[in-house]
Parts: sequence; structure tokens; C-alpha cells
Amino acid sequence: MRADLEIIQEWIKPNTRVLDLGCGDGELLAHLAEEKGVQGYGLEIDHDNITACIEKGVNVVEQDIDNGLASIRNNSFDSVVMTQALQTMHRPDQIVDEMLRIGKECIVTFPNFAHWRARFYLAFRGRMPVSKFLPYTWYNTPNIHFCTFDDFEKLCVERNIQILDRTVVDHTLRDRWWIRLWPNMLGEIAIYRITR
Amino acid sequence: MPSVIPADSVGLVTPQTIHFDTPLALACGRVLEHYDLVIETYGTLNADASNAVLICHALSGHHHAAGYHSMDDRKPGWWDSAIGPGKAIDTNRFYVVALNNLGGCHGSTGPTSINPDTHKPYGPDFPIVTVKDWVNSQVRLADHLGIQRWAAIVGGSLGGMQALQWSIDYPERVAHSLVIASAPKLSAQNIAFNEVARQAISKDPQFHQGHYYEQEVVPKTGLALARMVGHITYLSDDGMREKFGREMRAGKLSFDFNPQFEVESYLQYQGERFSTAFDANTYLLMTKALDYFDPAADYDDDLVKALSHASCRFLVVAFTTDWRFSPERSREIVDALVAAGKQVSYAEVESAHGHDAFLIPSPRYMELFGAYMERVARDVGIGKAQQEQKETANAR
Repeated sequence: MRADLEIIQEWIKPNTRVLDLGCGDGELLAHLAEEKGVQGYGLEIDHDNITACIEKGVNVVEQDIDNGLASIRNNSFDSVVMTQALQTMHRPDQIVDEMLRIGKECIVTFPNFAHWRARFYLAFRGRMPVSKFLPYTWYNTPNIHFCTFDDFEKLCVERNIQILDRTVVDHTLRDRWWIRLWPNMLGEIAIYRITR
Repeated sequence: MPSVIPADSVGLVTPQTIHFDTPLALACGRVLEHYDLVIETYGTLNADASNAVLICHALSGHHHAAGYHSMDDRKPGWWDSAIGPGKAIDTNRFYVVALNNLGGCHGSTGPTSINPDTHKPYGPDFPIVTVKDWVNSQVRLADHLGIQRWAAIVGGSLGGMQALQWSIDYPERVAHSLVIASAPKLSAQNIAFNEVARQAISKDPQFHQGHYYEQEVVPKTGLALARMVGHITYLSDDGMREKFGREMRAGKLSFDFNPQFEVESYLQYQGERFSTAFDANTYLLMTKALDYFDPAADYDDDLVKALSHASCRFLVVAFTTDWRFSPERSREIVDALVAAGKQVSYAEVESAHGHDAFLIPSPRYMELFGAYMERVARDVGIGKAQQEQKETANAR
């Protein structure tokens, strides 16, 4: 399993209801259903991923998260998960609000734009960072709202969002001891567990 | 007209008529003392009767869902694209049952059948049947065939409504429900279209308040008009533009009221053909069954409450240009199922074919459909991997 999903699944309690926004091929939900008896639903727009979910027996609903989540009732899920998609949303702040409306707890992961490699790239090349991990150029990137860990945490303070857990990992999605020394400089991806 | 039956066809099929003697109480308060249901089956029922799939038809459908009745047939059954060896509903593994519903005009008891009380055709006196009544009659059919639990119940449009009703009324008897291009109830606009169709039929001078059989006439004009209106609503604006545009048969305006645009002659042809093949009283009944369908009505108008009785898994599919049963209506079903904590997947398939898309085998639609049915097969122990394992074990 993808290393970040490994961390996330540990944060999810058995026999709960989970909504996975942008669930991909359903790997996390399939695992949670099997190992923890979790009742999960995924939202996805990629056709191949939807078929893959159906093949796995994962509940998947074809829905563009950017069009809102209004059809989903308040507090109807124990956890709402969104991995690596926050920065692709038109309004990340509104999505986070929506996630917190629907779920008692939310788990979000996103790349850190203040990672030293990104800073270095922008500072010395004077161009938008392109890496193996984030291979897009500025005009074709789906990542339209990059932020840093500090930016996200500022948003949490402003919106009265409580951070329950935070794990910062490198681009291979592994937890390294040295990242903890200066996460906003050394961490590439953060996994937050938040509530309101 | 198939000179050779295609390899992925169920081949030549023969309908069978099943007679039922146990009275069936209908929602309208009346009782059908005896009735017939005409069915077709494809594939083989396995020893524990776990591989049965029920196909529910839409407004003008019937029991002939796949294969051919004779080598002279112009076309195969109405859902031949989805049912057959190796197709989405794979008859190598599933035992498929398709029926003509009560009130139909293809052999099951309906307005053209003889009323045992009067020894004349029922005509307009045939009771108004509902989706719930159909499901009750299908339960009797399942009992007759020795099927305790359907592996899947599949239907498009009005057929999807039956699949949904089954899941609520007989949760223990259905494992999977596939609700395609359907809705939890009709909208005012939808009922309005049905009313235009009914008015066209009942205002036809040949209708004789539904007693046209005795007059040996058929309200052809009304039925053709009804079909034309319906047909327009089953296509999309884009689809019609693509298919007909403003093409003219003679290439120029003729300054009279004869059909000149291709779309006019197409509609007239469709209406004409339908009016000789379908019964007007059945058409009226089918549109009423559509209008009356509202499973939430029995549960304080709360669809979530209604669906909380279901225990099967669902696949809901809608098509982007379907405005008669739009994706929004399918989403109402999906949202209620999610709120009720039921297992559901939903796909919105791109298509230019409007409501008719559910009958047209577009690649993504068939892939999804097949993937879901593979999953159904796995659930009842006849999945591809499971069968290979069995074969290897047998070879040893």
C-alpha cells in the first residue's frame, strides 16, 4: 500500500463510516473494509479508477468534488479523507469547510510548497518548481493552489479548526526523523487529522 | 435476418407462458384471479439457483430481451447488446430471466386478454397495475422457477424502478440491484409528457373509450402521436442535430405541409411502425405505472427511510444527455442510498443518445456494466477467477 495510505489507515477507527474524496482505484477503502470493517464511499471522476473501484467492490460515486458536496448530509461520516487533491481544488478553504461539515474528523494530505527544493528552484532558477514528484509546468498543472504547511496551519487557526495529528513525510511518503527538526523546510508531504 | 447467428448471441430462443392460479391482489384494490406471464430464459440455472438475473423491461419492452425467434428476424431482442455469452450479463455464467409484465401486449395477461367474467377482451377494464404489483407478480415467477434470491435484478428506465422496488419490498430476495437511467419518481414535466401521450390516444376517434377491439379498429393515429412525443423525449437535442440536422428529403422547401425534413419523416415512420405493433390500452397502463411510481410515498415521503429496508448492493447509472431521466434524478437515488448507509456505486456515462443511451452499447457503459456483473458473479461464487480455480482443480 502507498505509504501515506498506510499512515492514514492507522488513524481510522474500526467499524466507522468513511468518505474518501478522490479515492483513486479504491485501494484505501478496500483495505479499510477488509481489515477494519469500515463502511466506505469514494468520490472519483477518473473513468478507469471508477471501473477499478467497481471491480474491487468498493462503493464509488462519480462526482466532481469541485462542484461541491451539498448532496451529502451534515455529520454523516466519521472520517472524510482527501489525499493529494487539496491543491487541485478551486477553493481549498471551502472544501475543507465542507469536509468538516460532513465528517466528524477529516484527514488531508498535500505537498509542501515551502520544501527546500522548491524554495531553491524558485530562488535560483527564478522559475516555478518542476520535480519528479510534481512534474507539471505552470500552464498545465492541476495543482492550482499550492500552499505550505505554515499556510495551512494559519488557515486552521483562522477558521477555528483543531489539528489533532500531523505527520510530515518525504516524497517517498516515508516518515524521517530529520524532517521533524524543521518540517516546513524539510517535509514534502503533510498528513493532517483535523476537526472542528 | 441473421444468416448466421453471431457467436456472442444467445441464439434462437422460444418464449414460454406460465400460468398462475393464485389470486394476485393489486394496489388498486382489485384482484387478478388468474394470469399468465410470458418469459424467456437464457443460460442455465445452477444447482443452488444462485446465478439467476431478472431483467425488467421499460415502457414498450417485453420478454424478448436477447437472441432471435427465427432466422427471419430483422433484429435480435431489445437488450441483446448486454445479454449473451461473454457480454456484460454473461449467459455462460448467469441464468437470465426476462418477462413481459402484467398489462403488457406481448402475451402476458393484459388489456388484449380475455376477461374470464365477460368472455371479451379486458380493454379499458384491465386494472391499473403499478410497479409494486409487477414486483409481486415477479416474486411469484421467482417462486415458480425455484429462485429464492436473485443474484441481480437489472432494469433501465421503468425497469430500473422495478429493480428499486424489489430492493425495498423483498430485500432478502435480491443480492444486487442495477438501476439504470431511472428515477425515484417522475417529475411534473415527465408526467406532463405522459399525459400528452394519453390524450393523443384517448382523443383518437378510433379509440372508442378503449373498446376498439370490438369495433375491429385501432387508434393508430393517437398511438403514433403518443410514440412520436415519447420518442423526442428519449433523444437528446445534440443527438437529433447529429442524426438529422435540417436535412431535407427533396433537398428544397416544397411550401406545403407534407413531411420535408428528415426528422419529420423519421418520427412519422417510428410512430407508424409502433402503432401497428403495440396496444393502445397497454400504452395507457404503462404510462400510469410510471406516473404512480413513488416508493417513498409509503414511508412518509422519505426516500432514505424507504431505502433503509434494502439490503442489496446497488449500481446506479445515468447518461449525460438524458433529460427525460436526468443524472440529477439518479443522484437522488444515490444520495438517499448513501444517507441510508447502503452499498452503492454510481456512474454518469457520457453519451449523445439521451434516454435511449441505456439501450446502446457504448464502450464505457458496457465496461462498467461488465465490471459490476463480474463482481456479482464473484459474490455468488461464479467469478472468472473462481471458475478458473475450479477448472484447475478438476483437471488435477
